[in-house]
Amino acid sequence: MIHFLLSRLFSALVVVLGVSVLVFFLIHLVPGDPVEVMLGETSLAADREALRQALGLDLPIHVQLWHYLSGLLQFDLGDSLYSRQPIGDILLERIPATLMLAAAGLLVAVVIAFPLGIMAALRKDTAWDSGAMGFAMLGVSIPNFWMGPLLIMVFSLWLGWLPVSGKTGIDSLVLPALTLGTAMAAILSRMVRMTLLEQLGEDYVRTARAKGLSPGRVVVKHALRNAMLPVITLLGLQLGALLGGAVITEIVFSWPGIGQLVIESIHRRDYPVVQACVLLISLTYVVVNTLTDLCYAWLDPRIRLEGGGAGGIP
Amino acid sequence: MRTWLATGILALWALMAVAGAWLPLAPDAIDLTRILAPPGSGSPLGYDDLGRPLLDRLVSGARYSLLVALTVVSVSLLTGTFIGAMSAYVGGWVDHLTVRVIDIFLAFPGILLAIALAGLMGPGIDNVIIALSIVGWVGFARLARAQVLALKSREHVQAAVVLGARRLRIVVRHLLPLISAPLIVEATFAIAGIVIAEAGLSFLGLGIQPPTPSWGSMIREGTRYMLVSPHMVLAPGLALMLVVLAVNMMGDRLRDRLDVKRERTGLERNGQGEV
Repeated sequence: MIHFLLSRLFSALVVVLGVSVLVFFLIHLVPGDPVEVMLGETSLAADREALRQALGLDLPIHVQLWHYLSGLLQFDLGDSLYSRQPIGDILLERIPATLMLAAAGLLVAVVIAFPLGIMAALRKDTAWDSGAMGFAMLGVSIPNFWMGPLLIMVFSLWLGWLPVSGKTGIDSLVLPALTLGTAMAAILSRMVRMTLLEQLGEDYVRTARAKGLSPGRVVVKHALRNAMLPVITLLGLQLGALLGGAVITEIVFSWPGIGQLVIESIHRRDYPVVQACVLLISLTYVVVNTLTDLCYAWLDPRIRLEGGGAGGIP
Repeated sequence: MRTWLATGILALWALMAVAGAWLPLAPDAIDLTRILAPPGSGSPLGYDDLGRPLLDRLVSGARYSLLVALTVVSVSLLTGTFIGAMSAYVGGWVDHLTVRVIDIFLAFPGILLAIALAGLMGPGIDNVIIALSIVGWVGFARLARAQVLALKSREHVQAAVVLGARRLRIVVRHLLPLISAPLIVEATFAIAGIVIAEAGLSFLGLGIQPPTPSWGSMIREGTRYMLVSPHMVLAPGLALMLVVLAVNMMGDRLRDRLDVKRERTGLERNGQGEV
């Protein structure tokens, strides 16, 4: 287990370093002179020079990279060009809203997906099954940025039950969470159905049935427990999509999280903030994935004993 | 029946995209007397906030969504497959390095890297294609690599080695044909993902720029008038959903046909619906 743990942590560290370097180079993708793009064409040469020095863009590239990486180690992300505040403080302000949205989205996904997937598996090849899987197919095919406006139209504008946008109370969380969670619910329910069907065909399930266990007990206590492993991995993997989807959901609902900050900062040409947000979200994803992997190994001894990196960052 | 429906939708999409260039469409024609006019009043789908006919804009938008999707998926499929297959076949430090690079790219959640890239490079259809291709190749590389790893010690490959075939020839002639089925399935799902991603970037104002019609930016324009003119949101969204649904259905069907194991292929890994 120690060996497995160390090798997973090592690959995670390599990925973290790689992600940081890639994010560093993002700003060099800005066509032409990034300083001119940020300040506008009419800016004074002196102002440009000042910003260039402030961002360290006048230094050789390896020195810039070194400053950037050593800054990261001290949690120093630099200052926002727009508000002049330290970027770390701005992120801290926005993180809770995004976490809240992601957690609620995840909850929606799990609450919808499990009953749906289990029902579809137990009533395979019936109308229930095709109905549930049809819903799942629809769920992955509706983009967040259309789902959101549809929900707003029905529940906020026509029925007037829920607020249109913004973060006010718990009721303002309902529509964003539904928007974010539906697609994940669709993917998850397909996975629950598939893994549960696989398990239901196994010998131990027949044994459990033969010894007279109630059907509910066979499913919940035996089959579902074994079906959980791939589902947990998928949950970990999907978190990345959830965080990415949160960016668009936050824009649709004016939800004051990291996603909204990314887009605002892109439009304000506040590129250091964009870099910091991308870095934060990606690193969160890496950490969650590594934890999922370790959980998986802990739950299923076969993985750590074989020493294979099953699951993992795909 | 479902396959026919999906085929029909996709054929219509392609027809709109191709024939749109020759049809007498006026996606930019402004009629101030028909601002926000509902469907049926002059144009079957109504008019937008500037008095432009929605149907014309929808048909013109199909061209851009198809163009972006096909270009990005072709580029990603070719580069990703080449990198993944070669890396697995050559092995050693080359493979080690490729795996690390793939891991690093996969650490960026779905659409986020594309948003950042498109945001930094500036809007426009070219940059959308570049941004989505930079993100897109990784999935194919990972899949091709895994497939080649499983096949490279087969006897027919060894026979080719013994006969003195070069690496590139072995990969292209002896390995690629065997791994094409899962790649085709992955590419089908990728088309759905890219259609949503392009519309998503345009929705955020980072993709195709007005007045060029894109389904994504049409949805965004429509969200401002949801109370008075729901058709502005409904029409482009419905078109987008139907196309993505049809592509996904085709992907499912192909997967069953080609008997590809559904272990984390496109749909699950890309989390395309989350965009």
